[in-house]
Amino acid sequence: MSKSYYDPNDLKKFGEISEFQKELGDNFFHYYNSVFKEGALSAREKALIALAVAHTEQCPYCIDAYTKDSLQRGVTREEMMEAVHVGAAIKSGAALVHSTMMMNKVKKLEG
Amino acid sequence: MAKLKLNSLKKRKNKLADPKYQVEYLSNGIFKNGELPLFQHKIKSSGFTDFKPKPLEIFQINLGYMCNQVCTHCHVDAGPDRKEIMTKETMQLCLDVIEKSGAHTLDLTGGAPEMNPNFRWFVSEASKKGVKDFIVRSNLTIIRANKKYYDLPEFFKQHHVHVVSSMPHWTRGKTDRQRGEGVFNLSIEALKSLNDVGYGMPDSDLKLDLVYNPSGAFMPANQSDLEKDFKKALFEDFGIHFHNLMAITNLPISRFLDFLIASDNYEDYMTTLVESYNPLAVENVMCRNTLSVSWDGWLYDCDFNQMLELKVDGKSKHLKDFDLNSLQNRNIKVSQHCYGCTAGAGSSCQGTTT
Ligand code: SF4
Ligand code: SF4
Repeated sequence: MSKSYYDPNDLKKFGEISEFQKELGDNFFHYYNSVFKEGALSAREKALIALAVAHTEQCPYCIDAYTKDSLQRGVTREEMMEAVHVGAAIKSGAALVHSTMMMNKVKKLEG
Repeated sequence: MAKLKLNSLKKRKNKLADPKYQVEYLSNGIFKNGELPLFQHKIKSSGFTDFKPKPLEIFQINLGYMCNQVCTHCHVDAGPDRKEIMTKETMQLCLDVIEKSGAHTLDLTGGAPEMNPNFRWFVSEASKKGVKDFIVRSNLTIIRANKKYYDLPEFFKQHHVHVVSSMPHWTRGKTDRQRGEGVFNLSIEALKSLNDVGYGMPDSDLKLDLVYNPSGAFMPANQSDLEKDFKKALFEDFGIHFHNLMAITNLPISRFLDFLIASDNYEDYMTTLVESYNPLAVENVMCRNTLSVSWDGWLYDCDFNQMLELKVDGKSKHLKDFDLNSLQNRNIKVSQHCYGCTAGAGSSCQGTTT
């Protein structure tokens, strides 16, 4: 085991996950590649969604990959940051909207 | 006039201003310790034991390294301080050779070729040589840099020149970061003035193409996707039309090499280029159908080799000794910068090559 949990070089080994379970790995990559093809959404729009989700998932590999992918597709710094804010807003909104549960509970217990 | 932040490597007395130092740098480190294969070995393993040209199609003439801009990633290390420009005598030698070369495309580049005081004379003379495609690579801002250049669109039209212009992005922020403050606005004005005389309009035979190169240490995305994005944004925001977009990979030489090293991106970038090596792209790299001429009349396999001062192999090294037969039989000189031409979809002055 290396000294740190994350190694940037491991990103390149992503494709090797099929080594331990070929069929599921191959199915996953087939699905993954189909998702990112140009469809009703452009490849550029998909890169931005991926970038935002990469941040909410806090996956360093995905942040690395989709920052580069976004740059390659001509996405600007402002667009990238706005996408991350969208992710962050949903993440914080999702936490805050749960406070209604807390409020309900408080009101029930205290009347 | 665009505000300039940067000076040329030459003016800064940067070590990388010396082509020999660049060639050495590209052969050391990760390429010397065997971490990455030398380009020569890589192409050999794809069956190119001899790397020779196909019939000559494009004659590319660099009219000089003087430029009104100082873009951060310029492979020419061009700028207003560069005084190397082609004389009328050397232009005359070019005119003599154009027909002998049999090339169907003539491609004028720089620097800003329009800054050469004999530019207009040369274009008028060269346009009489009957080549099929006569390209001038214009950086756009030159057209708006000074009143004396305002009529360039009309002049280009008069000689039926094919205009190829660099445009790094459809937004001001990204363009100005790469090419200097104010460049975006001037480029938009210049594109409008080209559209006004008919360049780039749908169905017009006055060709206007744009060249895109990435703003940093990454490869360009798919050329046709980028073309769609450029067309949509430039038309919606400014009503501008153009014909084709050519996506070019930045080659690790000159100011881009300086950037890669200074930003600690060199090894990762070279690794990306090597890992994206595409044997199909080798077939069509531009040195195989192009000859490049420097401001002082020397011959090179391509504009990049010109900047590295790697003159063509063989006896015919200068316009004065132009011998098509000997040139066709030469071995093309390669080094690790060549990985930029063979990565992904391939890259040349005409865009992707596969
Ligand atoms: S990239 Fe072109 S416009 Fe920019 S400095 Fe170099 S020659 Fe001039
Ligand atoms: S850099 Fe020049 S010599 Fe090398 S592959 Fe590209 S065109 Fe050919």
